[in-house]
Parts: sequence; C-alpha cells; structure tokens
Amino acid sequence: MTTIAPPTGGPIVRRPRSKPHTSTRFVITGVAILGVLAVAAIAAPLIAPHGPETVEVSRVLGAPNLQHPFGSDVLGRDVLSRVLYGLRTSLLVSLTAVTVATVIAVPFGLAAGYFGGRVDTAISRTLDMILVLPAMLLAITFIAILGPGSAVAALAIAVIYLPILARVMRSSTLVITRNEYVLGARARGAGHLRVLVHHVAPNALGPVIVQASVLSAFALQLEAGLSFLGLGTQPPTPSLGGMLADGRDVLIQAPWVEIFPGIAIVIAVLSFTLIGEGLRRSFDPRGVAE
Amino acid sequence: MTGVLSFTDVAVRFASTETSTGAPPVPPAVDSVSFTINRGEIFGIVGESGSGKSTLANSVMGLLPRSAQVTGSIRVNDREVIGLDDDQLRSMRGDEVSMIFQDASASLDPTWSVGDQIAETIRAHRTISRRGARAKAISLMTEVGIADAASRYSDAPHRLSGGMRQRIMIAAALANNPQLLIADEPTTALDVTIQAQVLALIGELRKNHGTTVLLITHDLGVVAQVCDRVGVMYGGKLLEVAAAEDLFANPQHAYTRALLAASPSGAPRGSRLPVIPAAWNIEDLQRLRQEGTE
Amino acid sequence: MSDIVPATTLLRVEGLNKTYQAGGPPWRRRRVHAVDNVSLTVARGRTLGLVGESGSGKSTLGRCILGLISPDSGQVVFDGVEVQGLSGKALSSFRRRVQPVFQDPYSSLDPRWPVGRSVRESLDSYRIGTPADRERRVLDLFDRVGLNPNLVNRLPTHLSGGQRQRVGIAAALASDPELIIADEPVSALDLSVQAQILNLFMDLQQDLGVASIFISHDLGVVEHISDEIAVLYHGVVVETGDVEQVMKRPVHPYTSRLLAAIPSSTPPRR
Repeated sequence: MTTIAPPTGGPIVRRPRSKPHTSTRFVITGVAILGVLAVAAIAAPLIAPHGPETVEVSRVLGAPNLQHPFGSDVLGRDVLSRVLYGLRTSLLVSLTAVTVATVIAVPFGLAAGYFGGRVDTAISRTLDMILVLPAMLLAITFIAILGPGSAVAALAIAVIYLPILARVMRSSTLVITRNEYVLGARARGAGHLRVLVHHVAPNALGPVIVQASVLSAFALQLEAGLSFLGLGTQPPTPSLGGMLADGRDVLIQAPWVEIFPGIAIVIAVLSFTLIGEGLRRSFDPRGVAE
Repeated sequence: MTGVLSFTDVAVRFASTETSTGAPPVPPAVDSVSFTINRGEIFGIVGESGSGKSTLANSVMGLLPRSAQVTGSIRVNDREVIGLDDDQLRSMRGDEVSMIFQDASASLDPTWSVGDQIAETIRAHRTISRRGARAKAISLMTEVGIADAASRYSDAPHRLSGGMRQRIMIAAALANNPQLLIADEPTTALDVTIQAQVLALIGELRKNHGTTVLLITHDLGVVAQVCDRVGVMYGGKLLEVAAAEDLFANPQHAYTRALLAASPSGAPRGSRLPVIPAAWNIEDLQRLRQEGTE
Repeated sequence: MSDIVPATTLLRVEGLNKTYQAGGPPWRRRRVHAVDNVSLTVARGRTLGLVGESGSGKSTLGRCILGLISPDSGQVVFDGVEVQGLSGKALSSFRRRVQPVFQDPYSSLDPRWPVGRSVRESLDSYRIGTPADRERRVLDLFDRVGLNPNLVNRLPTHLSGGQRQRVGIAAALASDPELIIADEPVSALDLSVQAQILNLFMDLQQDLGVASIFISHDLGVVEHISDEIAVLYHGVVVETGDVEQVMKRPVHPYTSRLLAAIPSSTPPRR
C-alpha cells in the first residue's frame, strides 16, 4: 500500500456561471410576455389607435388595413383597440380574482395546517363544501344572485379558487411545521403568531405562489368563458371573451374579429402557464437536478 | 490469485455539463482505486460522507448516472464490467451480483406483497413455475430468519419492521444465489440491537453459501463485527487495505488512526476526543468540493 | 465530571404519561403509550444520558420537558416550580432556562434566515439587552462554539453539517439556559465531526455549568458524555443510575442487549 499525501487545499477556482436553469428561463420568458401584455393593457388609452367603443358605420366588418391593423367588427369598431381594452379587463379580473383568493386562502390554510385538530376540521370541511360544486355552476349561481358584471365575475372566480389555494397552503404548512426549526423557534421564545409569520408562512408560500400563477391562466379562461356566455363583463365594455362571442357569427366573412382576441387569450394564458411551470420546477428539487 | 471482484486503477469522474476551457477539472469521485476481493470473503469499505465509497459500489452494478466516466478495470469473475451494455448489466444484476441498500422501505414496492417481490426476482432470471418460485421465496424468507414465512408471504412491506424489511431485501438479493453481494450501508437505518442481528445474518450467509460480500459502511463498529478485510477510503482514494484485526490493532495510515481515535467508545469517559487533523477534515474537503462546483 | 458542583436537583420528572392515537384504519386505531409513567431527575450542572431506540419515546419525553407538547398526566418540576400550567411571564422565563438542540442540522435552522439571526432569535423574543448588545452577544456565541464570526450572515445551506450543528448549539446557549435538551445531536454527523461536537458539549458543561439531557440511540456516545444514564424501552424507563454502574452491572435484560450490541473497536477472533 502506498501512502498518499493528504489532499492539500489547492487553488479554489470557481467554475464560470452555468447557463440559467430551464426553470429560470421559463419564468423570465413568462414574465416578459406578461409584462408586454400588461404594459399594452395599461397604456391602452395612449396606444389604441381608436376608441374601443367608437362605431364607424363605413367600416362594418372591414378587413385589416393600415389604419385598422386587426380589422373592424360587426359594428365597425376597431378590433386592435378593443383587444387592448379587452386585455385590460381580462387581466384585471383574473389577477384580482386570484389575488383576493390567495390573500384569504393563505391565513386559513396556515391556521389549518399549523394548529391541526379542530381548527383544521372546521376550516377544511367548510372549504370542502365549496369544492364539491362544479366551478362554472357556482359562478353562474353567483351571477344569478348578484347580476352580471366584471366585479361579480372576479368575485365568483375568487370563491372558486379559495378552497384550492387554501388546501395547497394547508399541506405545505403541514410539511414545514414538521421541521425542527419551528419547534426551536418556539423554545427560543417566539409565540405562535411570530412563528407563523416569520418561519412557517415564508417557507410554505412557494407551492401556493406556483398554484396561484397556474390558476391565473385558468381564471383568464374562466373570465373569457363567462363573458362569452354574456355573464361576465357587459357590453359595450370590451372583454376578450365577449369579443369571441361577437366574432362567432361572422367567423367565415370576417375571421379577424374572432382570431385576434383568441390569440390574445392564448398568449396571456401561455405567459401565466410559463411562470407557473417555471416556478414549480424551481421549487421542486427534482426539477433542478442537473 | 483470482478474485470474485477486482478493481484495477478505477477512477470515476462526474463530467460537468459544460466543458469550457480554463475551468478546473472536477476532482474525481473515485481516484485510482485497486484491490481484489477473494472468494467467500467479507470485504469492508469504510469512509465518511464524500469519500466515494458508494460511487465505487454503484460502479460495479453500472448504477452510476450517465454523466459518470468510469476508467480502469472492474472485473467480476474475470469478466470486465466497464463497457457492458444495459442488457448485459441487467442480466448480471440480481443474478451474478446483487445489491442491498440502506433504505429497505424505499427499495420495496409498497403495493406488492413482500413474498411476491422475492418470487419476481427469481422468475426474472430463470424459468420456473409460479408455485416453484413461491416455494423458493418462502424457503429464502425462512433462511433469513423470518418466523412463519408462509403466512408473512403476502404481507405488504409496511406491515413489517425495519429490520424485517432489510431481511426481505437480503432474501431477494440471495434469490438467484449470487456470487457477490454488495451491501451499501445495510444497517445504518436500523436500531443497534437489530443492526447486530442483520450483521450476524450476513456472516451466516457467507458461511452457508460462500457468498462474497462487499460491505460499504461509515461505521467502524460494523467493520469490526463482520469483515475479514477492510479498505479505508477518503476523498475518493483508497488509503489502506488491511485485515480487520490489523486495521484496529495497527492502523498504518494517519487518517485511519485519527478516525479510530475519534470514536467515543474505547476512549476514557469524559475525555476530550482527539480531533481529526485539518488536512483530513471531511468538512474542509466537502467545502472545497462545494465551492468548486457552485 | 463536575464533582465540585453540589448535586442539587434542577429538574424532576414524575409519573409522566403521553399517549398518541395510532394511525391506520379506524377499526385498528388504538392509543399508543409514547411515554409511560416516566420519572427521572437531573442535577444542576450534570448530564443525563437518555438511551433508547427508535420508537422508545425519547423525543416525546424531551418535548414534554421543554413544554412544547403537554403530557396527559404527571409532573415536570423545574427548579422547584411545576411547569404544567405556567403561562405568560413565568412560562417565558422557564422557556429561557431550558433550551433544545436538535438532531438534524438540515431541518433545525430556518433555510431563509441568515444563521446569525437564528442565534439572535431568542435574544429578540425575550428582549434581552439592547440591539447592540445582542449583536455583540451573537458574535461572542459564535466564538464560544468555535464558529468563524464572519459566517453570521450566511444562510444555512452554505454551511457544513458540523457548522450548522454549532449554530444550533449557539442558538440554544443565547438565552443562558440552565438545562439543554439535546435530541440525537450527533447522530447525523460524520465520525470526525461528531468528535468535535461531543468535545464542545463537554466544554460547555465544564465552562458554563449547563446541565443537559443528552438523548441518543448510541450507548457509546452516551457513556462517553454522561454522568447518569436512563434507558428507555417502549416508553418505560427500565434502568437508571450512575454511568459506570449501569455499564458494568446492568440490571435490565434490555440494557444488557444494548451493551452487547455496542460495536467494540476490536474485532472478535473468528
């Protein structure tokens, strides 16, 4: 047996930073697309070439040209301008719905997962009651009671997503609470509230954020669906779903009325899905293994 | 002297995903290791985390990730293992060579009965009737010390204790009378009293079947209990190989001496334990590795 | 170890019981005794080694003593005061004086907190000293447990297992406890690191006079570090006594089995 000298430190050379993980690229791409859409939606009054509700009788079902790149609809309104304003409504409704649902779901899920026992039973069973109803039916019921409109659509979507997000928060809280640093923090004098706010919530939020961004994509579709059925945003206010409904009848003569809002929905959904998928991969340790 | 398993100048490198010039080479996980295990021997490889001991064990079975580059020569019964294709490896695994792992519950399918999992291993490598395989599985279970094996045959893994599950793993590993059994930390997850029983079982199987055993462990006590010869690994290198008695009585390498001294059993009660010299500190090595790969 | 310290009782546990509902289908559920009528005492400045295998109830017992879970019946008396039923100021002063060290250095530190903040946590929540005092105290503690003070702002992932365990010990020491309950503090560590942490525990006992309950499955480790030993088997203390006495003349057959299973450093001749 030959003796081998102890390995000496040697120069520590950092390897050049490797390319960002796929997960990061997903998120960056998603955020970039969403950013462009959001800026366009917010700046709609500035960049829209025409008013969204301005009727131009001579341009009824007019084909795309330089003044109207996306063409005009049944009433001769500029489709590009309406897509920009519609995007505004759709993004606003879906993001508000998911934000409201998340803000309510997080504390409930946190309490259910952390305290367990009766607290858990009370919260979980209550939320399960919402979960057993089909989403669309629940939304329609809401609208039947409160009347149609963007705000009601947002509220209905928020109620549908509340139990889903609370469940995700509850289960990730259960996992985090088992960590010894939670017990340790209590022994180091932190009360329940402090432990929840400083240790449990920040570590348990990851999966909820992933779920919320995935649900944003569905919320956008749901809002479009409700508006398509005439239950969401009410005309003449433009919304992407409502535009789909308008374009349906003239699909053959004037496909642009249908196609452009459709593409806008697809792109917006895609951006949310990319963000959600990227975040999911980056939170899931198996996803980042090289 | 021909051995059942021989390593000649074996090195394992995990290639970095990018091969940009100027980047320092990643230190090999296993570095020029050579030794031979004789027929019927229990050979221990002892080392701390990051010593490359598990990588070495996995290299025999072709279980390393694709990014691993294995060089040198690994011979099982005089047949070169490096470079075998997947089919050849699969026919070797579980037949000529089998392996057991630390976590028996992760190695067993929770939805299958334990007996069926043993029978399946038998049927994978030879033509035998269902009933024949079942009978063989029950006799294997009896042999590894499972009382009333016929009635435990259809138990799901979670119905058995950790020690019992490890016995099932050993029974499945022995199903086709392998010549070589590779055991990677087989007792680490078990309670000390159970650990002693499982080690005794391994010793007994060697006696009855002449199975050669490569036992990977971090625990010098395990080595002391069953091994004939021991190799000490650190930082991917094999520092010394000695008969177990000699290793404890007269360790040759400075690291081995430091490791033996660091163990609390044997040291006078309440005395300060000698700390491993900085040059051999496993944490420094880990840190170097981590910083090198970040 | 510390014969100079007069052996006054710091902690007395009497007739402690804790049962759990076992999982599984409803018809097979039954209550499992995790801790079964356990009584033991720890003297000031002494180390009690609590030995037991998995499922012996040793961690449950430790958590009952820390007041993190409440027992079904029985008493925990710390420095003459019954712990059960403490609240408000009295409870927080008790918590300050009894601190835990956990097994897994990977799950015992909040991954999002710089390690210095974890050490500071008890100073912050017990409002000990001014913020500047706390900063200084954290650095002292790092020094005390043999950590480089410039690691204060690192996240746990950038530290090795041994370093994290030192951080865990520093966090436990921050509130100047009189009793430390260490639950398997070295079993996740490599042998060479384990030796360093055991040395640190012995130093702390010698220099600071902290009493401890050292919970471990490893009789070799417990023997090395403890003054007294209690052997826990299926929630029952089957043997207690002075280390030498227990190691030389075990009374209970389970203790003898444990002793026989300690891997000796010299292999038997075959």
